[in-house]
Amino acid sequence: MNTLEEIVARALAEFAVISEPAKLEEAKAQYLGKTGLITEQMKTLGKLPPEEKKTAGAAINAAKGQIEEALNGRRDALKRAALEAQLSAEALDVTLPGRGRSRGGLHPVTRSLDRIEQLFRTIGFEVADGPEIEGDWHNFTALNTPEKHPARSMHDTFYLQAEDGSVQEDVLLRTHTSPVQVRYMQAHVEKHKSAATMPEIRIIAPGRVYRVDSDATHSPMFHQVEGLWIGEKVSFADLRGVLADFLRRFFESDDLTLRFRPSFFPFTEPSAEIDMAFMSGPNKGRWLEIGGCGMVHPNVLRHGGIDPEKYIGFAFGMGPDRLTMLRYGIDDLRLFFDGDLRFLSQFK
Amino acid sequence: MQFSENWLRTFVNPKLTSDELGHLLTMAGLELEELDAAAPAFNKVVIGEILTAEKHPNADKLRLTTVNVGNEVLQIVCGAPNAAVGLKVPCALIGAQLPGDFNIKKAKVRDVESFGMLCSAKELGIAEESDGLLVLPADAPVGTDIRDYLGLDDKLFTLKLTPNRADCLSILGIAREVAALTGADLTAPEVKPVAVTSDKTRAVVVDAQHHCPRYTGRVVSGVNAAVATPDWMVQRLARSGIRSISAIVDITNYVLLEQGQPMHAFDNAKLSGAIHVRLPKAGEQLKLLNGNTVTPAADAVLIADESRALALGGIMGGDESGVTDATTEIFLESAFFAPDAIAGKARALNFSTDSSFRFERGVDFSRQVEALERATQLVLEICGGAAGPITEVVSHADLPKRNPVRLRLARLNKVIGMAFTREAVEKQLKHLRFPWSEEDQVFLVTPPAHRFDIEIEEDLIEEIARLYGYDNIPAPAPENSVAMLPLSEAKRTSMQVRRLVAERDYQEVVNFSFVESAWEKDFAGNDKPIVLANPIASQMGVMRTTLIGGLVNTLSFNLKRRTNRVRAFEIGRCFWRDAAGGPVAGFQQPVRVAGLAAGPAEPEQWGLKARTVDFFDVKGDVEALFAGQQLRFEKVAHPALHPGRSADVILNGERIGVVGELHPEWAQKYELGSAPVVFELELSALLAAPMPAYAPVSRFPVVERDLAFVVTQDTELQTLLDGLQKAGGDIVKHINLFDVYQGKGLEEGKKSLAFRVVMQDTGRTLADAEVDAAIAQLVAAAQQLGAALRA
Repeated sequence: MNTLEEIVARALAEFAVISEPAKLEEAKAQYLGKTGLITEQMKTLGKLPPEEKKTAGAAINAAKGQIEEALNGRRDALKRAALEAQLSAEALDVTLPGRGRSRGGLHPVTRSLDRIEQLFRTIGFEVADGPEIEGDWHNFTALNTPEKHPARSMHDTFYLQAEDGSVQEDVLLRTHTSPVQVRYMQAHVEKHKSAATMPEIRIIAPGRVYRVDSDATHSPMFHQVEGLWIGEKVSFADLRGVLADFLRRFFESDDLTLRFRPSFFPFTEPSAEIDMAFMSGPNKGRWLEIGGCGMVHPNVLRHGGIDPEKYIGFAFGMGPDRLTMLRYGIDDLRLFFDGDLRFLSQFK
Repeated sequence: MQFSENWLRTFVNPKLTSDELGHLLTMAGLELEELDAAAPAFNKVVIGEILTAEKHPNADKLRLTTVNVGNEVLQIVCGAPNAAVGLKVPCALIGAQLPGDFNIKKAKVRDVESFGMLCSAKELGIAEESDGLLVLPADAPVGTDIRDYLGLDDKLFTLKLTPNRADCLSILGIAREVAALTGADLTAPEVKPVAVTSDKTRAVVVDAQHHCPRYTGRVVSGVNAAVATPDWMVQRLARSGIRSISAIVDITNYVLLEQGQPMHAFDNAKLSGAIHVRLPKAGEQLKLLNGNTVTPAADAVLIADESRALALGGIMGGDESGVTDATTEIFLESAFFAPDAIAGKARALNFSTDSSFRFERGVDFSRQVEALERATQLVLEICGGAAGPITEVVSHADLPKRNPVRLRLARLNKVIGMAFTREAVEKQLKHLRFPWSEEDQVFLVTPPAHRFDIEIEEDLIEEIARLYGYDNIPAPAPENSVAMLPLSEAKRTSMQVRRLVAERDYQEVVNFSFVESAWEKDFAGNDKPIVLANPIASQMGVMRTTLIGGLVNTLSFNLKRRTNRVRAFEIGRCFWRDAAGGPVAGFQQPVRVAGLAAGPAEPEQWGLKARTVDFFDVKGDVEALFAGQQLRFEKVAHPALHPGRSADVILNGERIGVVGELHPEWAQKYELGSAPVVFELELSALLAAPMPAYAPVSRFPVVERDLAFVVTQDTELQTLLDGLQKAGGDIVKHINLFDVYQGKGLEEGKKSLAFRVVMQDTGRTLADAEVDAAIAQLVAAAQQLGAALRA
């Protein structure tokens, strides 16, 4: 008959070499099962005299404890090994690309317009919009450009054919975003007509405009963004400040200079062209035309229903196509309009 | 406006280099467009006189000359055919550098030594072509540097003038401006009246006084019209871009450039009776100097005599009454035509002249006599003759008014945003030579006759700011608004919509609003699009009513460049006539969002089976754009789309767009391979984004049951779903289609639709009986619609 020590030693040795959970449980039965060796030992206890029972029982329990501990240890080890085997079997090539669709992107000019809208929003400018088939009155007359005014020859205007085939004189494709000025003023005045003082107008109006012109640097359809700030004390100096601030923020550079060149637009007085030059980079030192601006002409304010003695302000018009070309170093305007995805999809 | 710097400097000569002068003008609003040298750089070329010219002993085509260059006589071999004794020609000396890096050295030409080179105009870089040596006038001083003699150290200024500054369309005008800007003296030559030595006159009758408020003229007799125009005048004209024609025409052009006053000279012998300045008679025709016969507009102004129309006043002379070399007596005209009488007239005839260009912008109405005297003086100098007295007809009432304009110092400072002093304003007004008075810091300024752009206070404010220098005005950072802008949660911006669409893997494009008329026909069934009166090209001739045409073109463009997976979108306006439309009456021009998907549904990848994009992919994109809102789709017949694979998109009962596969006919016509799937939606529908409306989440368990119904193939899901949803009571939360099956196990022409029904109550756990009752209701409703519960 085996001694307890022998049984324990045998059990431990046996467990240690078992590598399958089922076999381990079978082995367990040999020792701890109903007819197992330890159970058999327990059964012998009854025959012992009471004074021996206690010590012998304790010895058997100790042996049982040792076997159970070994058993549990082995169970854990096998479980861990099994898990590790499973994990290693489940391993992926994590460098394989992810699944599914990609994401599209915005047109580069839209990206610029988005930045322009956001930048101006930080100083309280809202976005306004206007029709692209525009009335002659809003496009020219309301902007202090009466019929026959020589300034009208500055724009080569697209006109529509009337249904009878003649040229319809009262409408056109807007040649600039400036008509939004008067439309917005009229609506603003109407909205606040019962207020003692009219709240300031601060808007930008981005959009498409049209001129009869097409070559490497001109597109018959292009973008403009109009800005308008009307209040009780909005000055030419403020105009300079806003545009200087804007261009530095837009290009994220203090490394540029601006100049305001006197110019002529019928709808502003005084009027200026905005030129900008980078002080470094590929365009270093070259004056680049960015847009036109000026103090809103009193006649335009009157057309908008605003008293020019009480309220003054400025307007500007910039070319976001040009700004976009400068920002990304794009050298051909036509890339914006021919829909080449090889070009456009680079703007994610 | 192009002119010679040297000419300008005879009128005003500030201490500025050419570049500085150009910058000054640019920053004053007279933009310098180009600054060119009158001649390229070269040196050591002097005037030589050919003393002898013999055949070269060893070459038939060469000449051996001796040339007096002032301090010596040089032996020079010359190849020019026109080298002849006595000619004065440019002679490049040894060491001279000619244009094109051409250095003159002592040379041996066929064994004969040559000490310089006789030059043609082309060799000096002052002409594109030349035919032999540049022959100089007989009185050209031998030995003088040719650059000095021909004034070649001159620069050509080209200014881009804005339409308000017609006063700068002359040397005098620019000189006046430079004087105002720099404070330099104006040294324009004084115009003195010539001695009247003839009593010959021609009567002038002005009927159209409103059109022509001032008409002056005089007869000059005994002129030699055939005389050559002096070189200095030819040169100044040329440097202003005007070609020499004949002495008298050149003189009128010269005065136009110098004084800014358009002039005209008639052959006096061809005139009969008085000059009449009048409107045209009905149907009256006139043959112009450019050879065109025109029927002037009813409100055009004619210069006529008693028998016929002679000239289109302020625009162009007539063909029959102009001066020729045989002319011996001229009638010189110097008139003021009102800007609104000339404006647009030349453009209506499809041309522009130096005269019409100036008159329509405004010519100084006080200087007609002065200009006439200047022209007479030049005629007498160059062509000889005797001047008759000046005839002047003026209607003071019709001359432009120059009312004093008020300038308040306070307003100036408010508009500009800085503090000008009274003295600073006075200084600028002095420089401008505007007459003014001042009281209590309010200036009353009378604009001069040459300025047509000073009518209101703001015009004067601009003048003060301009002369002060825009860039000297401060540029403070904008003061930020303290009040926040409104931010509506229930509205999206179009920028946000763009981003949403881009998130669904569409690339934004910008297509033209004008398209080919065929696209309108094919993709919108539109036979009557809005037609452009002056399109840039026929394929951009009509306004679009759909964005689909442009996107199909984007696809086609990219397919040709071997991009086969195309997903593009555009947000832009569409245009059509509608009497009820606005804000521009008669037109609808809504903004739409359209997308197109073609080629593989996903980019080629290892983890997904490749398949072509289909209707349901794009429908899913549309639904995603409206996430949180319930769209409905109804089969539709659309000219662009496959009749069985297209649907109207309906939101809250309103049709807001379409989605569908392009009609196979168009896929074939436009060579697209397989048909792309497109959608087009009203932007306004996407700009609304309803505030989320929250419902409490139930704590009680959810019961799910699956139901499958067999229906005929042509039964639309929507019909069945609508029936089920109507029949389901409050406890039915969702009915979700999870399978569509047709084929084995089903009758021919039938399909099975399987739904998962989700039931829940917010107040208690559902009892089995309630669930069973609800399901029975759904089944009954389906059966009423002809559906059978699938076994």
